[in-house]
Amino acid sequence: MKRWLMLVPLAVFLGMAWFLYRGLYLDPTELPSAMIDKPFPAFSLPAVEGDKTLTEADLKGKPALVNVWATWCISCRVEHPVLTKLAEQGVVIYGVNYKDVNADAKKWLKDFHNPYQLDINDADGSLGLNLGVYGAPETFLIDSKGIIRHKFVGVIDETVWREQLASRYQALVDEAKP
Amino acid sequence: MKRWLAAAALGLALSGVAQGAIDTYEFANDAERARFRELTQELRCPKCQNQDIADSNAPIATDLRREIYRMLGEGKDNQQILDFMVARYGDFVLYKPALTSKTAVLWFGPFALLLGGLVLIGVIVGRRRRAPQAAGSDTLSVEERQRLDTLLDKTKDD
Repeated sequence: MKRWLMLVPLAVFLGMAWFLYRGLYLDPTELPSAMIDKPFPAFSLPAVEGDKTLTEADLKGKPALVNVWATWCISCRVEHPVLTKLAEQGVVIYGVNYKDVNADAKKWLKDFHNPYQLDINDADGSLGLNLGVYGAPETFLIDSKGIIRHKFVGVIDETVWREQLASRYQALVDEAKP
Repeated sequence: MKRWLAAAALGLALSGVAQGAIDTYEFANDAERARFRELTQELRCPKCQNQDIADSNAPIATDLRREIYRMLGEGKDNQQILDFMVARYGDFVLYKPALTSKTAVLWFGPFALLLGGLVLIGVIVGRRRRAPQAAGSDTLSVEERQRLDTLLDKTKDD
């Protein structure tokens, strides 16, 4: 009997254990976005406030967070103060008001503070569909040329910002500098 | 009997609850309706991940169904519609993912495991078959016969 054959069950066990251990920390609701490194989809939609029409060209020029939010989205309320704080620190944030009632959205922004430099009113979710949005909140990181570079699904809290997004945003800012 | 009737009545009352999402789409013909059904059953809902978008009540599934209906109306073929979905939601939305280097393990992994198992069984069976021949004949040697006799005698005495 070959001695090394005795190690086969151990190897199989270790392999399985590794997969199962990794599985413990995977979030199955987090999907890899198909939009990474693609340009922000074309759109022509009204702003939430005022009667300007916004297009994808308005998002170019500065690296930014594009935050998909809605008043019906309860976790967006949790996220809101964090975004407000980031906006105060000078982070550029654009909003996509996803499948929402415009009056509610206006009231929300008035009541809680508006962290968005631009806020797109995507009432029927067409932009959201082109972005591959499947819930809210979702946040895209775009560079100064309007290319989507990263996507985060879920609530941005201080930890998420510090550990996952801040360095990525900073890298895009540095990249945009001549 | 009464109990059975009550159970049946309850079942009937609940059957409405168990129904899936129903949209009222008007199709040009039966072929288009069949394609709509086929496509919505082939696409996976990104939100409620173990349902196809035909079954799901999630708002995103409703949107995707509407989008499929719109594209069918525009005369797009199935592949164009699937490509549209994959461009936005990735390979994840396909219950039948395309064969690429990334998905090769998904497609061939089970067959590789099956083959491995068969090979393993083959090796074990082959070895078993060879083993008795290697041990010599299946008749007992003289010592073995004596030992057997003493053992049998012992049990007889007990």
